[in-house]
Amino acid sequence: MRELLELSALELGAAIQKGEASIAEATQAALDSMAEHEGSLNCFITQAGEEALARAAALQAGAKGAESPLYGVPMALKDNICTRGVRTTCASKILGDFAPPYSATAAERMAQAGALSLGKLNMDQFAMGSTTETSFFGPTRNPWDTARVPGGSSGGAAAAVAARACWFALGSDTGGSIRQPAAYCGVTGMKPTYGTVSRYGLIAYASSLDQIGPIARTAADCAAVLDAIQGRDPRDATSLDAPAGGLLSSLTGDIRGMKIGLPADCFGEGLDREVRAAVLSAADVLKARGAQVEEFAFPLMDYMVPTYYIIACAEASSNLSRFDGVKYGWRAQGYEDLTDLYCKTRTQGFGSEVKRRILLGTFVLSSGYYDAYYKKALQVKALIKGAFDQAFAKYDLLLTPVSPTTAPRLGESLTDPLKMYLSDIHTVPVNLAGLPALSMPCGFDSAGLPIGAQLIGPALGDGAVLNAAHAFQLETDWHKRSPYGKEAE
Amino acid sequence: MKITTELVDYISDLSRLRLPEEEKAAMAAELETIVTYMDTLNTLDTAGVEPMSHVFPLKNVLRPDQVVPSAPREELLGGAPERDEETFRVPKAVE
Amino acid sequence: MTWETIIGLETHVELATQTKIFCSCTTAFGGAPNTHCCPVCTGMPGTLPVLNEKVLEFAVKAGLALNCQISRKSRFDRKNYFYPDLPKAYQISQLYLPICHDGAVDIGGGKTIRIHELHMEEDAGKLVHDPWTDQTCCDYNRCGVPLIEIVTEPDFRSAEEVISYLEKLRSTLQYLGVSDCKMQEGSLRCDVNLSVRPAGSEEFGTRTEMKNLSSFKAIARAIAYEARRQIERIEEGKRVVQETRRWDENKDATYAMRSKENAQDYRYFPEPDLPPLELSEEYIDALRAAQPELAQAKRERYQREWGLPVYDTEMITSQKALADFFEETVALGAPAKQAANWIMGEVLGQLSAHGLEARDMALTPPTLARLIALVGEGKLNRNTAVKVFEAVFDTDGDVDAYVKDHGLEQVSDAGLVEAAVDQVLAANPKSVADFKAGKEKAFGFLVGQVMRLLKGQAAPAVVNQLLRDKLSQ
Ligand SMILES: [Mg+2]
Ligand SMILES: [Zn+2]
Repeated sequence: MRELLELSALELGAAIQKGEASIAEATQAALDSMAEHEGSLNCFITQAGEEALARAAALQAGAKGAESPLYGVPMALKDNICTRGVRTTCASKILGDFAPPYSATAAERMAQAGALSLGKLNMDQFAMGSTTETSFFGPTRNPWDTARVPGGSSGGAAAAVAARACWFALGSDTGGSIRQPAAYCGVTGMKPTYGTVSRYGLIAYASSLDQIGPIARTAADCAAVLDAIQGRDPRDATSLDAPAGGLLSSLTGDIRGMKIGLPADCFGEGLDREVRAAVLSAADVLKARGAQVEEFAFPLMDYMVPTYYIIACAEASSNLSRFDGVKYGWRAQGYEDLTDLYCKTRTQGFGSEVKRRILLGTFVLSSGYYDAYYKKALQVKALIKGAFDQAFAKYDLLLTPVSPTTAPRLGESLTDPLKMYLSDIHTVPVNLAGLPALSMPCGFDSAGLPIGAQLIGPALGDGAVLNAAHAFQLETDWHKRSPYGKEAE
Repeated sequence: MKITTELVDYISDLSRLRLPEEEKAAMAAELETIVTYMDTLNTLDTAGVEPMSHVFPLKNVLRPDQVVPSAPREELLGGAPERDEETFRVPKAVE
Repeated sequence: MTWETIIGLETHVELATQTKIFCSCTTAFGGAPNTHCCPVCTGMPGTLPVLNEKVLEFAVKAGLALNCQISRKSRFDRKNYFYPDLPKAYQISQLYLPICHDGAVDIGGGKTIRIHELHMEEDAGKLVHDPWTDQTCCDYNRCGVPLIEIVTEPDFRSAEEVISYLEKLRSTLQYLGVSDCKMQEGSLRCDVNLSVRPAGSEEFGTRTEMKNLSSFKAIARAIAYEARRQIERIEEGKRVVQETRRWDENKDATYAMRSKENAQDYRYFPEPDLPPLELSEEYIDALRAAQPELAQAKRERYQREWGLPVYDTEMITSQKALADFFEETVALGAPAKQAANWIMGEVLGQLSAHGLEARDMALTPPTLARLIALVGEGKLNRNTAVKVFEAVFDTDGDVDAYVKDHGLEQVSDAGLVEAAVDQVLAANPKSVADFKAGKEKAFGFLVGQVMRLLKGQAAPAVVNQLLRDKLSQ
């Protein structure tokens, strides 16, 4: 059982196809691991063990010769991805026991690929946060050190994959919400190119930035997941009509001649020494496999976080207006009239970080401030996109840190929202420009906490990003480390 | 940019949020810190830059005008906090 | 002092698509509450809008017919506000880059109304007050029904001009097939912006907005009332307050709405869920080429082809359904002038008596064409034909069967008429004498007697001729 847990998703999928492991056996192993750690980690908001075992039994007959390399592999979904008939909460009070009458396209496609879901994962409330501490259901803890946060907002997803409670998970990334928790938890997470994965059924935080993506043990696992979920969806008008599939089969690990740029402005002040060292050594590994690595100036870094928070909060203030206690979810008691019903439901139903961002977003859109903030941010966004275009005229990929530090302690971040926002500096530019980017484990700090490196590609360069990460993982074993490694040995 | 409690009241009203009196000053101060930081964008010259609302040159995404059966009403009303057989119910909506 | 009334109009028109603007639910009118809904149009979390191609096409067609510039680049925006008829708490509309702008509508009498813009947006749901519980019931069937909003410049100076414009607009949109413009079903609704100023003044006064007027009558009366109210206020030395007012049909008065939340701050911003529109010249040219013949062109053609008087052509083309009805009736062989007379007289009369619009009429062109043919063949006299028309109007009944069943065939058998004439002459020697003494009135009496004897089914020409022949013998 323990051995199954240490397999990658693709290795487990292969074992299931060859009949070396049954789907039920794998499912049970994950459920056991979950039972062992869930009490201290709190990765799941909704567990679906029984349903998973039933589905495991139903899937078994099709295991031999299954088309999908992830057939029968247990996974889990961030709780902002709608699942038909299964409670979907966004880790909020206001959604209550909302059970959507539809599933997200990405969840449907995963199910079609034969994956089975163990449940819904904890997150920052409405994906607003970088620590998973803003969840109405209590914080998730980092498997590497339970006094630390797992990152966020897909903290439950990253922690569950790291804690061997599932082989992979679907998260969502609006400003780093896949990549940063992946880095903090020592797993691999990828935000694909905007528009390549349908957002239908993903409860929106900031529509122009949100994207569903995988968190897994390896880049190859991420490629397999993306092969299953990418591709145009007629239900999402922002989904691109780009060819999908074939990412996994294109992973050669050959990166000879690949040009990788190191944006000097991402390695300056405010970056933890150990993080810098680990990311630079990752650059050396890539160089050793034949890539050309070069530093270059990448200005505008000071403008990334303000631009991101203006746009994200503006969209959020509008997207979250539908939660009003009328059509679904939770409604406050003791209201006097309609306006009072709206105000009481929303004031009591949203957490304080969500309210802060709604207010910020309302402010930047309100009459008299729109031009100075929102319109200005859209203009800067155009400049940021232009800066990336220039960079990718010279380089195939960029390499940066994921986060300026390793995982902070619980309770440290929420006291100073601006400081928390600033820690998103390396991840938000990617969302503003709609680019693909991956976070991969590249070392540990002296406290034994994982460090992540970020590879950024040009639009639709998902394959190149994955291939470079795959090359890196062929050369290193950071991604194979388990927080429970010592016990496993 | 100065954020007054009056401004907090105004945007709270628009957002249908009602902060307790004792939280307003703190929220105003927090927002002011953040908004002041956002003001760094003003150091960047964006004259003549077209605001970018969509990153990709995706355009004219349309669907055919073909009716698909609507959802069973019970699925739509099922999660409503207050309802009757046919509709969602709210306190009297005044004009 | 004489006052001038300044009026601008915002007209919401429901488009005649099969499905809603952003989801595939039906737009059919009626239906039990919340049965024409899906997760998208009820604003469920995670759902996304996808634009109906017909909505774009209809908006461009309407813009072309209203002589608008068509925006090569257009986009949707969100208009944010809380109200229970709006399940997402924002309406997807267009503010920054509407699909059409700068048009003009000729309303006759040398007057042109300028169109400021025409944009696409979604309709809201329906709220019904439940007096038993004092609650509001929300029905989202209308949510997401496609609308175009047509905004004019403040070019109107009277209610008459407003009505002329709306009639022209309705006719144009009906001819295009982009809307049925049924006011009673709410598919054409108006917001009226109105201010007054001393005649000759260049400055605009403070305006008020009257929302959701849904009949021509209401619009005319609301304008008269509101203009009078504003003038009275000013003459009393008071100021007009800029506000939204609602027209109360029953009280025949406007009253102010929601003054508390006067400062509406809709926080419009570009809709991130919908990519922009970029129309090619080919797309616009193809729609322009496919524009159907509008009322004006039809009027000219009717005068040219059939020599119809101007008055007739105006009446017939006042509604597209009427013009279609006319053209089909003529195509079935009815002489154009006769078809026109029937339509202007009997058809419009019956429609008005039934409170119907032409498009809802059961009667079909073959029925009217047959009736006209029977009259023309001398098988039915015109008066009887009118009675038959009235009898079959509701159900589009079979004319021939009705005539036969009711024994209404016209008596044109000269022998039968002659026998009746003889009988009448024999029975009325005094009238015969009077006629012969030069009293022309007596002739009319004798005709009447013959017709009575023949139950009104005789051909009047035959009766006249026979009587004159006999009397002159
Ligand atoms: Mg409007
Ligand atoms: Zn619908």
